[in-house]
Amino acid sequence: MALVTIKIEGVSHQVEEGLTILEAARKCGYEIPSLCSFNHGECNQGSCRVCLVEVKGARGLVASCVYPVSDGMEITISSPAATTARRMSVELLLSNHNQFCQQCDKNGKCELLHVANVTGARADVFGGVHSEVHIDKLAPGLVRDTSKCILCGRCIERCKNAHGLGILGYENRGFNTFVSPAQDRGFNDSPCIQCGQCVSVCPTGALMEHSEIEKVDEAFAAGKVVIAQAAPAVRAALGEEFGYPIGTPVTGKMIAAMRRLGFKRIYDVNFGADLTIMEEGTELLGRLKNGGVLPMITSCSPGWVNYAEYNYSDLLPNLSSCKSPHQMQGAVIKSYWAKVHDVAPEDIFVVSVMPCTAKKFERQREQLKVNGLADVDAVITTRELARMIKRAGIIFERLPEEGWDQDIMGDYSGAGVIFGVTGGVMEAALRTVYYKLTGEEADPITFESVRGHEAGIREASLDINGTTVNVAIASGMKSAKVLLDDIRAGKSKYHFIEIMGCPGGCINGGGQPYVREFFLPHEDDDIMDTYKEKRARALYLEDKRQTHRQSHNNPQVKELYDKFLGEPNSHKAHELLHTTYAARVGFNDPE
Amino acid sequence: MGKLNAAAAAQIREICDRYKGEKTPLMMILSDIQNEYGYIPLEVQEVVSEKTGISVAEIYGVVTFYSFFSLTPKGKYVIGCCLGTACYVKGAQIVIDRFSELLGIKPGQTTEDGLFTLDALRCIGACGIAPAVSINGKVYPKVDVEEVEDIIASYKKEASA
Repeated sequence: MALVTIKIEGVSHQVEEGLTILEAARKCGYEIPSLCSFNHGECNQGSCRVCLVEVKGARGLVASCVYPVSDGMEITISSPAATTARRMSVELLLSNHNQFCQQCDKNGKCELLHVANVTGARADVFGGVHSEVHIDKLAPGLVRDTSKCILCGRCIERCKNAHGLGILGYENRGFNTFVSPAQDRGFNDSPCIQCGQCVSVCPTGALMEHSEIEKVDEAFAAGKVVIAQAAPAVRAALGEEFGYPIGTPVTGKMIAAMRRLGFKRIYDVNFGADLTIMEEGTELLGRLKNGGVLPMITSCSPGWVNYAEYNYSDLLPNLSSCKSPHQMQGAVIKSYWAKVHDVAPEDIFVVSVMPCTAKKFERQREQLKVNGLADVDAVITTRELARMIKRAGIIFERLPEEGWDQDIMGDYSGAGVIFGVTGGVMEAALRTVYYKLTGEEADPITFESVRGHEAGIREASLDINGTTVNVAIASGMKSAKVLLDDIRAGKSKYHFIEIMGCPGGCINGGGQPYVREFFLPHEDDDIMDTYKEKRARALYLEDKRQTHRQSHNNPQVKELYDKFLGEPNSHKAHELLHTTYAARVGFNDPE
Repeated sequence: MGKLNAAAAAQIREICDRYKGEKTPLMMILSDIQNEYGYIPLEVQEVVSEKTGISVAEIYGVVTFYSFFSLTPKGKYVIGCCLGTACYVKGAQIVIDRFSELLGIKPGQTTEDGLFTLDALRCIGACGIAPAVSINGKVYPKVDVEEVEDIIASYKKEASA
């Protein structure tokens, strides 16, 4: 790429042509405060006016997030005109913002508060009325509160980019503008899949996960047997909330923290993942052998399941009937575990720690109840777990490394760990399917061809003992749609497809810690491009270190089948570990 | 949300097909629907979304941004009072208030008999004849507040004829 020479504060720099002033300045060591611009122009409206700088010869100040650099350009960030203008932009945004910062869960991660601090914005400079407030607290996964919205449009763009959905949009105009699903509907009354990608890009607290911390508190207060289970992707990102570099696995400290929070048992959802592979692998082999509906598609991601029920209800028979791992594990806790420990299932309260907001929706599904009891009683995100740890005064860095509780479901394989990254479920399934078809373990154990950490489609064709298995992997609904349309048109050559709701899989889930380059001064410059890969690496590392690498070699899974479930896909297994799906109407009548 | 009946949905699809080759067909499609049906409810927007691939929220955003588009049925006569800067300084607010008073509706509303809709418009580009009022495309120049009663009466007479 061609280089141009620019001057910032009178000092010459060589930067790539085509960059915006904001990006170029960052590479030269300057952080210009900005709000609406996000992630290399994923959202770039130039609307918030927080990033104004002076450019010699330009008419007035320019928005650095949309203004490209050119040869000979002279930029001043620190002039009184520029600093005053940036401060006023923020003060104007604050004038229509509910400033209840101390009650806001975004506090500490709020970009508006950050730029207010950086620009020195003063309180109450502009008086006057506020826009009408629209609040949606009815959806299980997400909460929308327009009193905190700055109309940057990041959420709108992310929903389109990740999923091609565009659930959110601007409504009305001028001072009455607000962001919502059409008609000021709730997320529940629109075809929103509640994945939380909009939450992960929101600069303020306008879009948040629907917190269930209080539910957990109530369960403790009511004297329930509170059991926690954590998904694989959580350990790969929780450390970020406590200042660890991105990609640092913090499994041991996470368990120690959860033990100090008072959970009766702390289990790894990887056990449930191993169970899922046993059930799903058997289901796939059955479909291949008996001419069942193909391609079979994974069903671990509740965002994806929501999408299918809204948009591809004709393909629901393609979905594996397997519950997702934490739901399976919840069902086992409330049946086998309860029996062994002589605890009434009604007295057990299962808390799942998830990188996901859609899991909050999933746990409330009617189809996921056994004898009227939900498998899982509360779902908290990685961010919420961090909040609970901080609230309890636990100094995370000083915690010892502890291990999972070992009774009944303490063991897990490396295959279970990699569920947290796109391609992981596929690889885990292939390890077991290979064994089932050949009677021996695959060598090498890993299936590198299905690995990745970004959105998009990957495919592989494997010849296993004379059986050809064509597989494909997609994450993000935009990619998934391509595969689904092929199935609909009868053109799909695949036998097995893995689909994850969020681009990159669970490591990039809507409940994971926020990644913002300016809050992470010690990370590499390209952290916005590499954080998914770094989190994925943490999981692949843990997989490598496990004694057992395949789900069918998990001794406790074997024991569970021997003592309780019988065979994979047995009657008992179906009762506890499998589920059904139903078509849903996107824009149903609001109450 | 109630779904459109098949015939209505087919008509909306036909309108969408008129602009198949266009790069940005949305405004044209919505204009045609507004002109032919008088309003663009959500269930119609869903059909447009299906045909164009543009999300319902985005379409809804466009419909609620432009005052020309309506989510609810409009009256037989749509009275558009320009409240652009030029018209406003020439007394447009008094004119629209008078319409509002005589018809018993606020801007954006339709009379119960379905005869009149009152709309507040931003600049309609007729600043030279401010304050301007446009009724079903017919433009009334330099409207005086005293004329309003007669204008309404003329349409009532036309409707009952």
